Amino acid sequence: MKNLIMAWRNLWRNKRRTLITSASIFFGVIFSTVMTSMQFGSYDKIIDNVVRFYTGYMQVFTEAYNENKTINNTFELTDSLTKSIEDVPEITVFTPRLEYFALASSLNLTKAAAIIGINPKKENEVTGLKKWVKKGRYLRENDSGVLVAIDLANYLNLNVGDTIVLYGQGYHGVMAAGLFPVRGILKFPSPELNKRFIYMDLPACQNFFSADNRISYLVLMVKDHTYLPAAMRHLKKKIASPFMVRSWAQLQPGLVSMIDADRAGGLFMKAILYMVIAFGIFATVLMMVAERKRELGVMVAIGMQRARLSVILFFETLFIGLLGAVAGLLGSLPIVFYYYHNPIMLSGDAAKTYANMGFEPYMYFSVSPFVFYTQALTVFIITAVIAIYPVYQSFSFKVIKALRA
Amino acid sequence: MNVIEIKNLVKIYNSGEVKVKAVNGITTHFEQGEFTAVVGPSGSGKTTFLNMIGGLDRPTEGEVIIDGSNIWNLTSRQIIDFRMNNIGFVFQAYNLIPVLTAGENVEFIMHLQGKPKKEREQRTKELLEAVGIGDRIKSRPGKLSGGQQQRVAVARALASKPKFILADEPTANLDSVATTGLLELMAEMNKKYNTTFIFATHDQRVMDKARRIITIEDGKILNDEKFDR
Repeated sequence: MKNLIMAWRNLWRNKRRTLITSASIFFGVIFSTVMTSMQFGSYDKIIDNVVRFYTGYMQVFTEAYNENKTINNTFELTDSLTKSIEDVPEITVFTPRLEYFALASSLNLTKAAAIIGINPKKENEVTGLKKWVKKGRYLRENDSGVLVAIDLANYLNLNVGDTIVLYGQGYHGVMAAGLFPVRGILKFPSPELNKRFIYMDLPACQNFFSADNRISYLVLMVKDHTYLPAAMRHLKKKIASPFMVRSWAQLQPGLVSMIDADRAGGLFMKAILYMVIAFGIFATVLMMVAERKRELGVMVAIGMQRARLSVILFFETLFIGLLGAVAGLLGSLPIVFYYYHNPIMLSGDAAKTYANMGFEPYMYFSVSPFVFYTQALTVFIITAVIAIYPVYQSFSFKVIKALRA
Repeated sequence: MNVIEIKNLVKIYNSGEVKVKAVNGITTHFEQGEFTAVVGPSGSGKTTFLNMIGGLDRPTEGEVIIDGSNIWNLTSRQIIDFRMNNIGFVFQAYNLIPVLTAGENVEFIMHLQGKPKKEREQRTKELLEAVGIGDRIKSRPGKLSGGQQQRVAVARALASKPKFILADEPTANLDSVATTGLLELMAEMNKKYNTTFIFATHDQRVMDKARRIITIEDGKILNDEKFDR
């Protein structure tokens, strides 16, 4: 305890220097915390977008479908496969989809569209599709109508109650053609999704593509991403060839690469920032030791063991770091929490870039404990490494030289 | 009774290619309760001599025997413990720990010795009152005059109940009033606790109080006189 008291008092011998050093750590930690929060908030939202709006946390399909996503590689959902999935405790809900492409027409306008056959009730449990219905109504069981994404509907001049013509190729080359009433218009937060999706009831879709009882894949959800590794592990044990399971990260490798690249860039910036902070702390510690050489000599001369002296100097160094880090974390809390509840809306080119990538044009923030404790841990590691210098000095200085200093 | 026995003490410093003999074969002893001044011109080797007795500077040759053993046969950890339990130091520049109060400075060494809190507090109070600054127990060194700081240093040196106190030019930074007061105090402590005091000094006023004066020149004892004072 006496060691801690001495270390604390030593810190305030030169108040201005301690405050300046702590202030540099304070601002560095605030900047780093806000930046990390913004990065992880954005990643979480991007992943959430992808998972919640479309891919789910996992998908089950055939190995052939994995190689070539055509309607010919679809499969019939068997009871044994259903049971295998139901037996995995981490999986909360799953839904089948039949997905393929067709041309969508209205009058003399035509555009390629992604046709997705869904179970309306289960799909809503998985992706909350119903809440994106901007006009009209959501699909019902055995509905013969479709939901059209807003940009596609606008392009085709379609409104609720109009009829859309779908034309394409069905299972094993059978011609797929049909007229479908528009039940509702969907407006997603992601512009990319708004351009190309048409949803219809699964039996209607199977009938349209002449793929009776067939589905392209199953979308599986878990409570949150922390359950994903265990769910994957359990499911892989139960699913055998010709079926396979893929996580969202495996289904979206481009997205994972993009996040990794961005994370590496952020890490590089933070490394530079913390290096500057580290040199600031080191300069202060260097001065603290140099100007007290004689005092350290006196302490050892009158009977303090060097190990004990090193403990005091270690705590002094640690206190400098922690003082700034704790203040920085406290300072960053209101900023991070404010922006967590009020995400920054992007405008101009940044908004366009986000939109082109299919993401909402908002900068989200994360309040995950990871964001905060990594900063404290980083400062702790930096100060612990810097503390090697005074600890080494306390064991290596010559008492007689120190007394003459 | 001998407290310290010095046998053929030699200290050679390497100054570039030149070897300087700071202490050149001193043999002597100090008895319990002595009040000794080691005097001599600057560079005569008196501080080096004191540092070797105090376990601060390893001799090139010779022995410093205290309680029948040569302290320079101890490990560096043992020497630090030895200094803590047997030697009190009073330095020219006081060298109090600035972040501790006068009381805490005195208590500090007893804390290192692992003495119980009650005993530490009682002895600190007693010592600070004995050196005449009992009312400044809570003052930090920066708030004390040079004379007061040196009194705290004397109290600190006495706190561990050492066998002897080594004082290197303790009056060099003090005015005449403070010097007189400090010398009287140390003489009184010497009598009260029968602690051996060894000074390295140029100061005539210290010499006037000393009951033994060892004169050193070129690292050798030139003269060793005792006085009945």
